[in-house]
Amino acid sequence: MYTQGLDLLEPDRAGRGDRAALAELEARFQARIDADERIEPKDWMPEAYRRTLIRQISQHAHSEIVGMLPEGNWITRAPTLERKSVLIAKVQDEGGHGMYLYGAAETLGVSRDQLVAQLLSGAAKYSSIFNYPTPTWADVGAIGWLVDGAAIINQIPLCRCSYGPYARAMVRICKEESFHQRQGFDIMHALARGTQEQRRMAQEALDRWWWPSLMMFGPGDADSRHTAQSMRWKIKRFTNDELRQHFIDVTVPQADYLGLTIPDPQLRRDPESGHYRFGAIDWSEFQRVVNGEGPCNRERLEARRRAEEEGRWVREAAAAHAAKHRAREARA
Amino acid sequence: MSEDRASTSKEWPLYEVFIRARSGLEHKHVGSVHAVDARMAIEHARDVYTRRQEGVSIWVVRSADIVASDPAEADALFEPARDKVYRHPTFYDIPDEVKNL
Repeated sequence: MYTQGLDLLEPDRAGRGDRAALAELEARFQARIDADERIEPKDWMPEAYRRTLIRQISQHAHSEIVGMLPEGNWITRAPTLERKSVLIAKVQDEGGHGMYLYGAAETLGVSRDQLVAQLLSGAAKYSSIFNYPTPTWADVGAIGWLVDGAAIINQIPLCRCSYGPYARAMVRICKEESFHQRQGFDIMHALARGTQEQRRMAQEALDRWWWPSLMMFGPGDADSRHTAQSMRWKIKRFTNDELRQHFIDVTVPQADYLGLTIPDPQLRRDPESGHYRFGAIDWSEFQRVVNGEGPCNRERLEARRRAEEEGRWVREAAAAHAAKHRAREARA
Repeated sequence: MSEDRASTSKEWPLYEVFIRARSGLEHKHVGSVHAVDARMAIEHARDVYTRRQEGVSIWVVRSADIVASDPAEADALFEPARDKVYRHPTFYDIPDEVKNL
């Protein structure tokens, strides 16, 4: 989206010791944010704002791409042709979301190749949720219902993010996410109304995905390193704990409707606030999975590296073909 | 210059994508795609930006070929229009009795 790299002059010049000028630029930048103005690619922005956005948008893009893998696992084994068509469409959407987001990140002066290299080397993170396996068809339902449900709650406020290209990509993504969540709930609903064996599958999938879904909102506010600055910059509009609470409040009644039990013995509704109180999250598990020790971390990265490697000849052949045609047209 | 870069860098060039949602409307910028040439850019734009019938026509243009105004010069560029409020119909006080004006 838009040409890149045009906005790199200003911070360099300011970085050469002109602190007063830099402070002036930063104050003007913050004033624009405070006035709810959007920042666009060629506008001056603090380097830290740019770096924060590149990190966040690219992690988000990588998550969409890696997120295709756990569900892709079930495309050939979907129980009906309709479920298969729906799942293909959903996985294709995830790929599309990755493309919108890489495009938004590229407006900040980083190349697609750099971003992909960061994913494949393990230098960049992606959402830890995708390092969990999908052993049954019910896991595909639980992902749509819970993981996409959590993603929607995380993503809706990002539609008002201060960085224009990111906000616009999120508007597009949010419009499509709702289909993802509903198809997941529909799978869970069918299983919950099915045979005893199917109900058991649905319950076990909920047991597997509940806690990892809560972890998707990130560490608690007291331990979140980036929250305060991101909120000042209006990259983030709500804290991790606020979003997590909202997710729990809307999801528990849905589980009740399905007749499934949330795997948290401490879960109960607080009549005064109307919020659900929940048990302690095992953050050591989160840290383990983020740092590469989840059940599928190695498998996911290997799948991405293999795709990159096996697609190389196609990319090179397409580029050679286009170069040959350009040369032929130039001669004609 | 952009041609040279395309032939030396292995990364496919970036194209900006514009889509006409339906006939009667203008093409609107929706995002970007990487592609080896314009034809492939249109195919990629179709897959990435029109999975739900969002368009009836696609334009693509090499991002490197877009010339944009500099935000740092926005004041100099747009300021001259600021004090010419008489260009707006609301500038003029028309008596209430006068109709169709």
